[in-house]
Amino acid sequence: MNVGQPASAPKLPWRLISGNHACALGAVAAGCRFFAGYPITPSSEIAERLSRLLPLVDGVFVQMEDEIASIAAVIGASMGGVKALTATSGPGFSLKQENIGYAAGAEIPCVIVNVMRGGPSTGMPTRPAQGEIMQSRWGSHGDYPIIVLAPASVREIHDENMRAFDLAEPLRTPVVILYDQDIAQRTETVELGDANGVARAQRKWASGPPAAYQPYATGEDGIPAMSRPGAGYRVHTTGLNHAENGFPTQSPQAVERNLGRLLTKFERHRDLIDSWQTLGCDDAEVLIVAIGISARAALRALEICRARSLRAGLFRPITLWPFPENALREAASQANAVLVPEMNAGQLSLEVGRILGGKRVEAIHRFNGEPITPAEIAQRVETLAREMNQ
Amino acid sequence: MAFEQVKFYQTGTFTVGNRLLEPELRSVQADTTRTNSLNSGHRACQGCGEALGARYAIDAAMEATDNQLIAVNATGCLEVFSTPYPETSWQIPWIHSLFGNAAAVATGVAAAMRAKGRETTRVVAQGGDGGTTDIGFGCLSGMFERNDDVLYICYDNGGYMNTGVQRSSATPPAARTATTPAMGPEPGNVFGQGKNLPEIAMAHGIPYVATATVADLRDLEAKVRRAMQIRGARYMHILVPCPLGWGHASADTIRIARLAKETGTFPVFEAECGEVTSRLPIRKRLPVEDYLKPQKRFAHLFGPEPATATLARLQALADRNIRKYALLEET
Repeated sequence: MNVGQPASAPKLPWRLISGNHACALGAVAAGCRFFAGYPITPSSEIAERLSRLLPLVDGVFVQMEDEIASIAAVIGASMGGVKALTATSGPGFSLKQENIGYAAGAEIPCVIVNVMRGGPSTGMPTRPAQGEIMQSRWGSHGDYPIIVLAPASVREIHDENMRAFDLAEPLRTPVVILYDQDIAQRTETVELGDANGVARAQRKWASGPPAAYQPYATGEDGIPAMSRPGAGYRVHTTGLNHAENGFPTQSPQAVERNLGRLLTKFERHRDLIDSWQTLGCDDAEVLIVAIGISARAALRALEICRARSLRAGLFRPITLWPFPENALREAASQANAVLVPEMNAGQLSLEVGRILGGKRVEAIHRFNGEPITPAEIAQRVETLAREMNQ
Repeated sequence: MAFEQVKFYQTGTFTVGNRLLEPELRSVQADTTRTNSLNSGHRACQGCGEALGARYAIDAAMEATDNQLIAVNATGCLEVFSTPYPETSWQIPWIHSLFGNAAAVATGVAAAMRAKGRETTRVVAQGGDGGTTDIGFGCLSGMFERNDDVLYICYDNGGYMNTGVQRSSATPPAARTATTPAMGPEPGNVFGQGKNLPEIAMAHGIPYVATATVADLRDLEAKVRRAMQIRGARYMHILVPCPLGWGHASADTIRIARLAKETGTFPVFEAECGEVTSRLPIRKRLPVEDYLKPQKRFAHLFGPEPATATLARLQALADRNIRKYALLEET
């Protein structure tokens, strides 16, 4: 209902909503029909919204007894054939890590939202941070692949949440959506469009004769077909290292073959996975690399820089992991120096430095809960540009 | 002609009553030398039941241990409102653990005291109902099973109030919370029976389990004193109304707590080694509607079409408590 509008007025396409609200709407639009979660600031609004939205579309909302149970229920629901989501923040993300590793290893599609707040430990629940850039990639033990998306606006949270399901389902992988408290709880006017009737990516379902079914055997695409529960296929799913038939194995050859396939399974699908934004990179002397609220500040910083005739550009990875390395190298090809503003003690700058080996990479680190301002970024760009030209 | 002895029901509950008691029987709060362990100036909401309950409980524990007390605190309202930087309301050694691990951290503290030969220093762990009945349940059960020398106090306000009033497994049936909206065929919290932590604690056979409310603070203090006389794992479950989450007037906190007890919704009792040893009888039995009506979280039960079936089920739960704990019998 449009409050303040006459009843006959056309329904406006815009909505004034928070990032967490957009996240919940995106999940429902993507076909998510199961949510299990646990209250935690600043992500609780996602659960609260979905407790109202999911029953309206015959979905299921469950508030679980803790963070570990929440991700475990999501894994169970996904094994049952339903698109499933959980949402949390730093401490809860830490608790979920063992299960995230299980989902990656057993190749169970699911989406995990992590709203970043100050850390470590309980940290600053109501303040933004970007401290889980590395944890989202490496948080569980052992080697495993994972996709992490890093939206930077309310609208993008909605869209990336939909894309998360479109990646998780066909690629059979957990997908993490990573954004900070600032974007989670700010409200912005957005036009969400209509997702009705838009075909969404589906899981690859097994269709051959059940007797010949191998749960982890793959074709060229490297993605094993999943069996529909109750369709007659025998499945053995385990957290132990397994062979193509799904059963545990310690055979070095079988483990190398199957784990090796798992670790490289995204390589053929990078076109689908990779996503980034570039701005002013063609002639940039100084390239800014940032995500989330820091990228929002960098956008304004670009305007300030250009007004001062400083040639600055922005590279914003939307898919954070696997990192769009080639795109970054290309964007940085003209730059003499790279600046990474990030709300942590140094995470994204490590990866950027690794990729752009040899190039001067500097960072603005901030972990006191106050977002980095455009003026600070512009100031550092100016200093860098001056130093490089001397 | 036989005279009936005059009963001072309110003795000690109100300060005036203390004058009728022997000095050693007077309430801890009435004593001018009380420690005031949870000091004034904290940021709890007006009418917060938890702030009241914690102050009485910890002061009583301090008195009982000759001020040799360490408090462990799970994440929750109590932790947040009592310690905004650079202030603290705690006048005792106090450690914030995480959300689900207060019982285990307290186990460690108690073991350290034992290892250092300082067994006169006692340990209290405290948490809300979320940190106790949900995420902290595993650690708590372990602490009970090992019979560690810790008094664990759960301040039960029936939900995750600190994060914005989401349901917990202590949320009563039919109550509206942020994650159990009053919509659909079964509005509010699904009609289970919640997790009865005092009875689960009793099933562990630990030396002492007690429930209390902030309506009977004299009783609450006495139970804390009793708990501190005992060694081993002890559990107290204190009902603390939350004006914000329950949607009642902040001046009504005590009244609501009393109604919870007088309707049989919340049985107040003591148990030792798994056996109920005493209970606080209902003085004047009231229907559950009297307890539910002043709370906005139950408002959907009293709409244009009263939810008679739900109300009957809630009444049946109260009746079961009254039968089970013999709450109508004089002690």
